[in-house]
Amino acid sequence: MSLSRREFGQILSLAAAGSMLPLTSRAESAMFDTAPYGQVRLMHITDCHAQLNPIYFREPNVNLGLYDAKGRAPHLVGASLLAEFGLKAGSPEAHAFTYLGFEEAARRFGKVGGFAHLKTLVERLRTEYGRENTLLMDGGDTWQGSATSLWTRGQDMVDACNLLGVDVMTGHWEFTYLEDEIRANLERFQGEFVAQNVKVSDDALFDGAEAFDEDSGHAFKPYTLREMNGFRVAVIGQSFPYTPIANPARFIPNWTFGIRDGEMQELVDQVRSEHQPHAVIVISHNGMDVDIKMAEVVSGIDVIFGGHTHDAVPVPVAVKNSGGTTLVTNAGSNGKFLGVMDLELSEQGVKGYRYRLLPVFANLLDADPAMSQLIQDIRAPYLPQLTEQLAIADDVLYRRGNFNGTFDQVICDALRVQLNAQISLSPGFRWGTTVLPGDAITFDNVMDQTAITYPETYVRPMTGADIKLILEDVCDNLFNEDPFYQQGGDMVRVGGLDYVVNPMAQMGSRISEMRLDDGSVVEATKSYQVAGWATVGSQSPGPHIYDVVAAYLRDQKTVRIQKLNSPVIRGVGSNPGLADYLG
Amino acid sequence: MDRRSALKVLGLAGSAVTALVSLPKLAMASWAKTAFEARSGADALQNLYGGNATTPSDAVKLKAPDIAENGAVVPIEVETDMEADSIAILIEKNPSPLAGSFNLPAGTKGLVKTRVRMGETTNVTAVVKSGGKLYTTTKEVKVTIGGCGG
Repeated sequence: MSLSRREFGQILSLAAAGSMLPLTSRAESAMFDTAPYGQVRLMHITDCHAQLNPIYFREPNVNLGLYDAKGRAPHLVGASLLAEFGLKAGSPEAHAFTYLGFEEAARRFGKVGGFAHLKTLVERLRTEYGRENTLLMDGGDTWQGSATSLWTRGQDMVDACNLLGVDVMTGHWEFTYLEDEIRANLERFQGEFVAQNVKVSDDALFDGAEAFDEDSGHAFKPYTLREMNGFRVAVIGQSFPYTPIANPARFIPNWTFGIRDGEMQELVDQVRSEHQPHAVIVISHNGMDVDIKMAEVVSGIDVIFGGHTHDAVPVPVAVKNSGGTTLVTNAGSNGKFLGVMDLELSEQGVKGYRYRLLPVFANLLDADPAMSQLIQDIRAPYLPQLTEQLAIADDVLYRRGNFNGTFDQVICDALRVQLNAQISLSPGFRWGTTVLPGDAITFDNVMDQTAITYPETYVRPMTGADIKLILEDVCDNLFNEDPFYQQGGDMVRVGGLDYVVNPMAQMGSRISEMRLDDGSVVEATKSYQVAGWATVGSQSPGPHIYDVVAAYLRDQKTVRIQKLNSPVIRGVGSNPGLADYLG
Repeated sequence: MDRRSALKVLGLAGSAVTALVSLPKLAMASWAKTAFEARSGADALQNLYGGNATTPSDAVKLKAPDIAENGAVVPIEVETDMEADSIAILIEKNPSPLAGSFNLPAGTKGLVKTRVRMGETTNVTAVVKSGGKLYTTTKEVKVTIGGCGG
């Protein structure tokens, strides 16, 4: 069966043996040593957010787990995560999986990810195992997150994924383009796109909208069956269930989503009886807590390869259900990791597995020449604009975490200054790369935080009660006791507003003590000028967020965070998902 | 005939049927009106069925989204293998909770699909009347302002 936690820790720690030395080829072989096991190798990337080049990405120091999820992966940060998975402080893995000593470690170990480096790693893993017995899956959020992906409407990433050799994918941010654009990209994509939980609405079917299956209403093929090494592996797709709620429904009016766990069970049963597969796999964009609950209520799935919540979890979570055990993984974000699971199969099904979540340290992997060329070609027409240096960072600028990151604060400050608002709101996205102090903040970096198809800003009066309602609503999406009611983003970011949050309270009473930066109390009936962006209902009238932030940065020259509007957290006590918190 | 053409034909037929069945409604208006205007689910059931004692039952299958994509048109499906005389749908927090009631002639399969409106997060209860008793399944449907997903 799988590596024990101790063995896992030992193998990973080998690379840290010469920890005072720069990374060497010895470290390389230790880091990526994946002795083949079993008969089929499944590889998994997810949530790369269109990061073609290597980047820095700081993992969170706040990723609260409440109720059953308290202290359970993925809700472990920093030293708690190291202890749980037997990782050594100061090692490359500690840097990959945690925020600890981020700035110093980032300088030492260098950037992570990048499709040219990832391509080299994927090829190595395919060659050593036997190419025809491997499968590369992509959990989605691939066509969005960079300037070039936005400007090519995701097409650059389709080309990069074709060259990388992605076999099967599902999606989320892919659905923030228009249906025609999505279909054109899927036409260009050489792998298969699967989703059991995206349906064409009855109204749209009636009006003649295109469907994969008019009878079932599936907009896309729900699953695919692959034969490898004489074994049949079924791969079912599960797209992000709340796309038309968390993102604009107006871009994809014909489609309706949802978790559809009941239909997932029916499909698993149908696939098992029709094809007798040796393994049933789900490539999911549910988010890890939703995947864990789905694994509890649906039986017959061997492994759920998960994404959406951007959790870098070194070891799969084994979930018991009425049919046995389902493994649930989550493979981080921004191209930082490659999940590798080798399965031992027999006529009776899955007999054993080995799993590694490999950090893609760019300094340890040569860039694949063909992929490097493609990336260069994609970026060439836009290069002058992308490389404009807007300001110099004087702090680590990052986003990820349940509450305001420092780059969010820059965005919120920019909104307030440029649009003349008292309070600003910015969505709790989990994508967005990290900038180190002393480095220039380029337009590329700004787009890494803001490149979406609904970038328009607004500024309008809201009452204190309206603002509280918004905070309460988003907070419930994050901290609802039932994972099926969580949408998987982080808390809405705020500028010019401090508050107290009690995540364990009921909806409507989690937020209190709202104050402006000058300390004055936000009154329920009083009106405030509020600026924001990324409205999902109708299109906002204001300038694009990236232009607002760029203009602000050009005026700033250097960026130091004067005040981080992160809330005071109450009521959670000591929690392994919370460390080094300044709020 | 493909599904789309079939749907269109059915759609036309459907409106004809609706016109026919709505005729007797005039006669029923006096009691149905009270049920549909009732301010609580219990009152609605009392008015509709002459009693409001209910029993939760797994035999009542309720399909509703966990989070509504659009609170104005939330798809609801109720299905049962029981011999059902009537199926009703209650939206607890709506000002008038009774969203619909469907009388099923003997021998009709117990399956109803409709769309309902809800202004806020609320429990949805499917009620099946079978053998003079009321069986229910309840599910919470969340209505959110949306946005901010990662």
